[in-house]
Amino acid sequence: MVPLSWYLFLSAALFSIGLYGVLARKNVIAILLGIELMLNAANINLVSFWRYGSTAQMGGQVFAIIVFAVAAAEVAVGLALVIAVYRTRKTLTADELDLMKW
Amino acid sequence: MTAEQIIFFLTAALILVSALMVVTTRNLVHAALWLIATLFGGAVLFATLDAAFLAVVQVVVYIGAIAIMFIFVVMLTRRDLLAKASQTNAGWPWAALVAIGTLAGLVFLSGQMPNAGAQKAALVGDPLVALSTALVSPDAYVLAFEVASIMLLAALVGAVYIANRK
Repeated sequence: MVPLSWYLFLSAALFSIGLYGVLARKNVIAILLGIELMLNAANINLVSFWRYGSTAQMGGQVFAIIVFAVAAAEVAVGLALVIAVYRTRKTLTADELDLMKW
Repeated sequence: MTAEQIIFFLTAALILVSALMVVTTRNLVHAALWLIATLFGGAVLFATLDAAFLAVVQVVVYIGAIAIMFIFVVMLTRRDLLAKASQTNAGWPWAALVAIGTLAGLVFLSGQMPNAGAQKAALVGDPLVALSTALVSPDAYVLAFEVASIMLLAALVGAVYIANRK
């Protein structure tokens, strides 16, 4: 049988891969893809804690659904910003988007 | 090895390999397609964890909407960076170091947990019924559910405004 720790290790690995993507990639869309990986790792953790804890308490699944909603909102606003930035600056490289840096 | 363990290992391999491809591949359309493979592995994990509704939502919302939206935006924006210099910024070894440190810390903390070796208990009742009751019951999570709905509506209106600006 599969113990709880295997799910936690898998989700830790997925989270770290997403974190590397967010920190290392240049392209803004690739950074958003990394954030998706991290949110998905958090969801796997929430659901496995629900399944291995008391299954009558639905908090784990309910908050996984709320994380889905947050991910959808984040992608909608993030990609709209990407399109708006691309329209005005003609680039998607995070290093070149330094308008607010001084 | 039981069938459950074999399914877990195959799914874990699919998730980790495709997640690594998401963060390393040059072509962003390919990265979005690898993200679909990762999310599908997540749906399989939800199914093995008896969260049937979340497995379906993962396929419908994540793969059906979010990943397709990524592909649309990649195609709407110019494919710069594709043939040119490296995809990673100059500090990528530091990023890898931070990621490996986070992984070591998380694995250590997960191993320290008192119920890390716990096994699945038998399900009490139908979790789908319990989930739908909890989402709309006033003494459970109806407030969080409604706040999430309003946040989603506000985010969609804001996204249309930002992307539509002349």
